[in-house]
Amino acid sequence: MKNLGSLKITTVGDRELAMTRVFDAPRNLVFDAFTKPELVRRWLLGPDGWSMPVCEIDLKVGGAYRYVWRRDTDGTEMGMGGVYREIVPNQKIVTTEKFDQAWYPGEAVGTLVLTEQAGKTTITQTVLYASREARDGVLKSGMESGVSRSYDRLAEQLGERLAKQG
Amino acid sequence: MFAALADPTRRAILERLAAGEASVTELAEPFAMSQPAISKHLKVLERAGLISRGRDAQRRPRRVEPQRLAQVTDWLERYRKILEGNFQRLDSLLNELQPEKKKRKNKKR
Repeated sequence: MKNLGSLKITTVGDRELAMTRVFDAPRNLVFDAFTKPELVRRWLLGPDGWSMPVCEIDLKVGGAYRYVWRRDTDGTEMGMGGVYREIVPNQKIVTTEKFDQAWYPGEAVGTLVLTEQAGKTTITQTVLYASREARDGVLKSGMESGVSRSYDRLAEQLGERLAKQG
Repeated sequence: MFAALADPTRRAILERLAAGEASVTELAEPFAMSQPAISKHLKVLERAGLISRGRDAQRRPRRVEPQRLAQVTDWLERYRKILEGNFQRLDSLLNELQPEKKKRKNKKR
């Protein structure tokens, strides 16, 4: 369980989400895992019980990508896609992104940066949404999409986790 | 609401208030900030529903709204968990893609 808690996710300003994570692999492999469909569909699955029947990637500037997830119990599908805006092999990818069931207005822009040190790769992923409502909406619905538990299950220890997140 | 939490000073104020209610004057001191500056932050937190005012009309102490705060941290935490689930699968996949590394590690042990 050494990786538990190593993912850091924060809100930046009004419209942005940022996260960082370290992987025990050189960055060309991590880059492949983010850009080769046969690899992407093995891990980018969300909560348990979801598969990824569609994963199409046209890895060039202006090229499109399309992802569709499916909940195997009831067939519910969720899709998203966008266009590659910038590609620096093994280092950086900038894409637009938009979910099919757009519960928020406008397109988001995602930036993935990979840096390697001593054989380990740190990824920094930021997503800039068109508005604050869009960003906050994603935070809320992202959770709902998988587990469909109600939003308002309230944690009991107030602020403790917040304090830890510092 | 998340914007209210994006600022480190406001998070620190929330942590302070989580320990017990405090007036603007009491908050300004440890943060080495002017009262108007503190008030500005408090206004943002108040608008987000994260804090409210206590009964004492003179001191006007602020206190956290525990349910609201828990809701926000809960959202972030659940979102983080889903992503972490993805990344743990990616950990396994990356291991699988590096058979040489595994062998080296095994030899060392």
